[in-house]
Amino acid sequence: MRREVIRHPGLNLGPAHGEANEAAQTMLFGFWVFLMSDAILFGMVFASYVTSVHATAGGPGPHDLYDIKSVFIETLLLLTSSFTFGLASLTLKYKHSQSRLIAWLAVTLLLGIGFLGFEVHDLLSMIAKGGAPSRSGFLSAFFDLVPLHGLHVTAGCIWLICLVGQMARYGLDTKVKLGILRLALFWHFLDIVWIAIFSVVYLAGLT
Amino acid sequence: MIEQTHDAEDAATRKREERRDFRSYVWGIGLALLLTLVPFALVQWSVMTRTALFITIGAFALVQMIVHFRFFLHISFSQKREDLQLILFTALVLFIMVAGTIWIMASLATRMTMPMPPPYP
Repeated sequence: MRREVIRHPGLNLGPAHGEANEAAQTMLFGFWVFLMSDAILFGMVFASYVTSVHATAGGPGPHDLYDIKSVFIETLLLLTSSFTFGLASLTLKYKHSQSRLIAWLAVTLLLGIGFLGFEVHDLLSMIAKGGAPSRSGFLSAFFDLVPLHGLHVTAGCIWLICLVGQMARYGLDTKVKLGILRLALFWHFLDIVWIAIFSVVYLAGLT
Repeated sequence: MIEQTHDAEDAATRKREERRDFRSYVWGIGLALLLTLVPFALVQWSVMTRTALFITIGAFALVQMIVHFRFFLHISFSQKREDLQLILFTALVLFIMVAGTIWIMASLATRMTMPMPPPYP
């Protein structure tokens, strides 16, 4: 049995996709370089959070502000959305119908929006409890880190909508396929960043 | 006639590959769920000391990241090596900068008696 050559991170489309599979190698590696530099950016924001986690200036701290149930739901939503994006990638790779692909992408989008909804609710309830970003160094660092991830997810959602729009307009051509492959990397990467956030910020904060 | 059997064989191979790929994602989400549930449960119904909890949370997070890289991003040792090398190099740069920042700022905090008690020593 022949084994496929793996050309780039993420699900490879394989030789059956011809041009898209050829073009994916350089384009996805380039995107991978961007993701790694984005990881450095997140890492530094994490460092600034960890160094100022005790600088509460007499204001509310993690125990007063974080809601573990809400964070748990957010985690499950994002994790499931990573899985459904994987199913979308498989639908693309094995050339199932375009409507099935759009359906999986739509499920992913809804889960992403659900995640954002819970996160915005969390942030607003934190502010309502006196945890506004201007309250202390700890809260400034928190509002630098967590909403930065939320902004990335928002960008991912907008990107997903644009891709579906492109698909409707141009069909499933090479450009759209490469877009889906890159968004898949971006989406799975954001899930990895979220692991660090729920571990370092929420779980470690609530011990 | 021969063409047809080839096609049938090809289709069967594709089916097998698809099942293998699908299983990879199922393994990914299964392991990820497990690795998420345990630390959340430990924090919610905490029975360990704080330091032990920190180490456990960190270990679970690290393993879960590797699971995501392996099953969702399909990074493995058998592929184009640059992808993995880039991850490892990024991890090294991150470690140097993040650990260095925390070390310097923690040292400063101790010397200036700023509020920064353990466990972020």
